[in-house]
Amino acid sequence: MAGREGVPAGSQLPEASTISEEFLRQLTAVGEVDILVGVPTFNNRDTIERVVSALQVGLTKYFQRERCVLINPDGGSTDGTPEIFKNASVRDFGLLLTSNPLRTFHRVSAPYHGIPGKETALRTLFTAADLLRAKACAIVSPDSLSITPEWVDSLIRPIYRENFDFVAPVYQRRKFDGLLVRGLVSPVVAALYGCKIRELVGPDWGLSGRLACHFLGKDVWEEDITTFGLEVWMTTTAIVDGFRICESFLGPKIQAAKQYGQDVAGTVRQVVGALFRCLDTHEEFWKTRGAPEALPLYGFPYDVALEPIPFSKRGIMDTFRAQVDQLMPILESILTPQTLVEIRNMERLSTREFDYPSELWVKTIYEFAAAHHRSVINRDHLLQALPPLYRGWVSSFVFRNQKADAANIDQKLEALGHDFENLKSYLIDRWSAEAGGER
Amino acid sequence: MKGVVLQNLNQTLGRFYGMLLQFLPHVLAMLIIFLAGWVVAIIVKIIARRLMALARVNSLSEGTGLTQILKKADLPAPLDLLSQLVFWVVWVAFLLLGLDALNVTELHVQISRLFQVLPEIFVALIILFLGLLAANFFSRAALLAAVNANLPSARVVSGFVRFLIILLTIAMALEQLALARRTVLITFTIAFGAIMLSLAIAFGVGGRNVAQAMLERMFLPTRAKKEEEEKEKAEEIPPL
Repeated sequence: MAGREGVPAGSQLPEASTISEEFLRQLTAVGEVDILVGVPTFNNRDTIERVVSALQVGLTKYFQRERCVLINPDGGSTDGTPEIFKNASVRDFGLLLTSNPLRTFHRVSAPYHGIPGKETALRTLFTAADLLRAKACAIVSPDSLSITPEWVDSLIRPIYRENFDFVAPVYQRRKFDGLLVRGLVSPVVAALYGCKIRELVGPDWGLSGRLACHFLGKDVWEEDITTFGLEVWMTTTAIVDGFRICESFLGPKIQAAKQYGQDVAGTVRQVVGALFRCLDTHEEFWKTRGAPEALPLYGFPYDVALEPIPFSKRGIMDTFRAQVDQLMPILESILTPQTLVEIRNMERLSTREFDYPSELWVKTIYEFAAAHHRSVINRDHLLQALPPLYRGWVSSFVFRNQKADAANIDQKLEALGHDFENLKSYLIDRWSAEAGGER
Repeated sequence: MKGVVLQNLNQTLGRFYGMLLQFLPHVLAMLIIFLAGWVVAIIVKIIARRLMALARVNSLSEGTGLTQILKKADLPAPLDLLSQLVFWVVWVAFLLLGLDALNVTELHVQISRLFQVLPEIFVALIILFLGLLAANFFSRAALLAAVNANLPSARVVSGFVRFLIILLTIAMALEQLALARRTVLITFTIAFGAIMLSLAIAFGVGGRNVAQAMLERMFLPTRAKKEEEEKEKAEEIPPL
């Protein structure tokens, strides 16, 4: 820390900082700001220009008198993303129904130190927010195709004007999009932490400078924290530490094609692993929390027709049967005999009859969480045993709701959330059950 | 005549009595060592058990799956098993010491030999224990990786990994005991080579078409295949 010029006193620039000298030099030139918008990138040349333009228009339109900075921590792009970021400009603000900016619009783009990844990029942004004394921050995905200037207002205003600390996004999703979040992570967080947050894995959200500093001061950064897990950790930490949280409607979530075809097993492992670790850390908190409460929702929700997600039924049952059968010796040490019997019974069903009942899904997740807590087997192995069951539940959910519309899907997921709430005592029982004892 | 007989009898009984007097303290010492050894073994067992509980041996073995293996074999939990092992090692050491106290030359030589081998046996047992842990851990990792990659014979892959590690462990344990070193080494080399050769032959001859398809997929991916793979990936519902 010492010896670095331009670092304000009291800032939390860590010893192993991700801020490079070049980055620090650019930040020093900016001075203090009111609003910081971060766009972490890695080879996003196709989408970055549109994102930067939208942000620039949004900041000009909604925060004309505030000191704003747009920061781009880059993970080492080789396709010229940082150059596009620096050069992207709005030609005529008048055509976009706004006036020209009143203040100089700062832009900082530099590679960060450390292993490329969202966690390092976010740490860099939080450090920058601390250094620049930013009052409100927004983190925006670089590959969003549906971003509009209004997103800036939706993510920043609740913090800047209404004194919230954390703004979680609410998107209009395609019918079966994001079932890991909507059918597992969000309902578990709602049932246990008593806070109904629809989108826990961002990737666009707002936070106060105070909360950014709070996150920066935590010792999680040196741990094995993963890209998607970080967002689960941030949300649950904000809840547990008593920060004011709200939601903001952003509109449809459409991302560049490379976001699709995600490695399902890897994603499940990261996200659910982070969730289970948080349950361990926050045990005292969630065990005593009551019924979940809805959060204030900013913005004007609307619907647009979105292209449905292609889904193939080909071989889905054969794969489920084969995978569950092969993993049976491992599942035996994680799940209770009753749950195992019910899963085995599902294997015998035909594709048409296939049904993974909600209650069984909830029990499966809670038993995995308890087994993770008790470390009945190596925790990483335990998490790797979940993706086949997750795929089974997704297939069943999709088969059962093929003809349902988006509103019906939301109702079904709401009902699933109630099952998670109702079975909370089941988790508490399993949580303290003796390893190897009565199951 | 009668006097001579009585004199001899007296002498013999005297000698026997003398020998008995000389030997009895040794027997007594042996019994005391046995008893003390039993008490010490129990104390060491309790201390070892506490230390292992502090080191979370049970959690470690549950994490690696050893507990499940022991359960299936109707054996006690690793903590009990290891503490029993410590007890018997200590007590057997005292039993041997006690026997040595009898001062029988032949017995002394054999016991000295056994004492020399005892640490080797202990190390060999530790090698076996760690080998079993490693075999179980890596075979499970292989099973999970294969299942998540949707490979058709995940259990075969996992079983093969387990078999190889156990084979290696046994060879190492026998090497540690210096039991028929050359035989063990040669047997291991032949067995390992034979497995690899048979696999190569099975794959190259029996599964020639599969091998060809795999190599083609790896090194000559056609456009159609690439498209099919991408389509398969795209058909999976995005989790986030």
